[in-house]
Amino acid sequence: MMENMSENRKNIFTRGLIKENAVFVMLLGLCPVLGTTTSAINGLGMGIATLFVLVLSNLVVSLAKSIIPDKVRIPAYIVIIASFVTIIQLLMQAYTPGLYDALGIFIPLIVVNCLILGRAEAFASKNSLFDSLLDGLGMGLGFTFALTLLGAIREILGSLSIFGFSFAPGDGMLVFVLAPGGFLGLGYIISVMNRITKKKLK
Amino acid sequence: MERIKVKKRASTLWNMILGLGLIALIASSLLGVVYSITKEPIELAKAKKLKEAIQLVSPVFDNDPAAEVYKIAIEGNDSLICYPIRSDGKLIATAIKSYTDNGFSGRFYIMVGIDIRGRIIQTSVLEHAETPGLGDKMEKRKSDWPDQFMDKDPEQFDIRVTKDGGDIDGITAATISSRAFCEAVDTAWRSYLNDGKHE
Repeated sequence: MMENMSENRKNIFTRGLIKENAVFVMLLGLCPVLGTTTSAINGLGMGIATLFVLVLSNLVVSLAKSIIPDKVRIPAYIVIIASFVTIIQLLMQAYTPGLYDALGIFIPLIVVNCLILGRAEAFASKNSLFDSLLDGLGMGLGFTFALTLLGAIREILGSLSIFGFSFAPGDGMLVFVLAPGGFLGLGYIISVMNRITKKKLK
Repeated sequence: MERIKVKKRASTLWNMILGLGLIALIASSLLGVVYSITKEPIELAKAKKLKEAIQLVSPVFDNDPAAEVYKIAIEGNDSLICYPIRSDGKLIATAIKSYTDNGFSGRFYIMVGIDIRGRIIQTSVLEHAETPGLGDKMEKRKSDWPDQFMDKDPEQFDIRVTKDGGDIDGITAATISSRAFCEAVDTAWRSYLNDGKHE
């Protein structure tokens, strides 16, 4: 029984990384995914900001689940999520102004990132505090991984640099820095992911 | 997956008001605390950013330009913010925050440094939303394009793109951004001539 439970916990944490990855498998929160991943560092920053909000909102939603009546649960979740987003926005403005300049307009969008609301509704409101923490960490890390990967691919192809370090002279394929490149990159990654996960199923 | 049974409160009016009210109360007090903690660092970060922007477009100075800020009127009922740059109390240049609404993605702000003879010292972009890879070459860290304005006297040097008959080579594939940038520099320079110099 104990083994079963720890196995379960491990599963809660790891499934968000690859198997149920929010971006590549569930296709949630695509607006910030496409908008912020023009470079690897921007993707990483947005991913970490989302991870932070997701973990905290999961914790608080799980903690407050018994005092939230069913009919007003969505507004309650939104208030909780929006508070954490504002907090991280203020903190970023104060302590990492450079990152805030790059991500500024996307930070408020975390409020409406359906990944966070989705986890609150589908998981945190029905599970224990610790499980919700694990779920938030797993899903958030998976989201961060997805954004960083897509950002790195677009930066390598579009600007011939990685994490701001240029490795070749020239301009690269501009289309990958612009919006169409986001869709192209995401499409290719999803197709590769599908191939890998389908093989596993057989 | 183990699902714990959650005893939800019934959705009576009283419970709804109480639940939402409690959450809103805790959330807003938490926000208040964070706001008061971060207020000072945010202002410091903004002041630092402004100072760096002024340093980019002016010679070495020893005053606090942000403390002596003044405004000059421009056409269309608007005004530009000016920062006098002093060394040993003597005015050596003026940094003017100028803007244009004709960027490819709307308004952007630039800082223009003008010395006491009316020559442009240097320009720098403060905030913009121009296309990455094209219009953003007007940023100094992306390309050397803005160096064309360095140490130029607009009386003799036509700050318009060559397509419009001026002396500035536009950014390849970003003529609209280049044109808008020239326009913003021009606005700053004209308003400086028109009562922008404050000793």
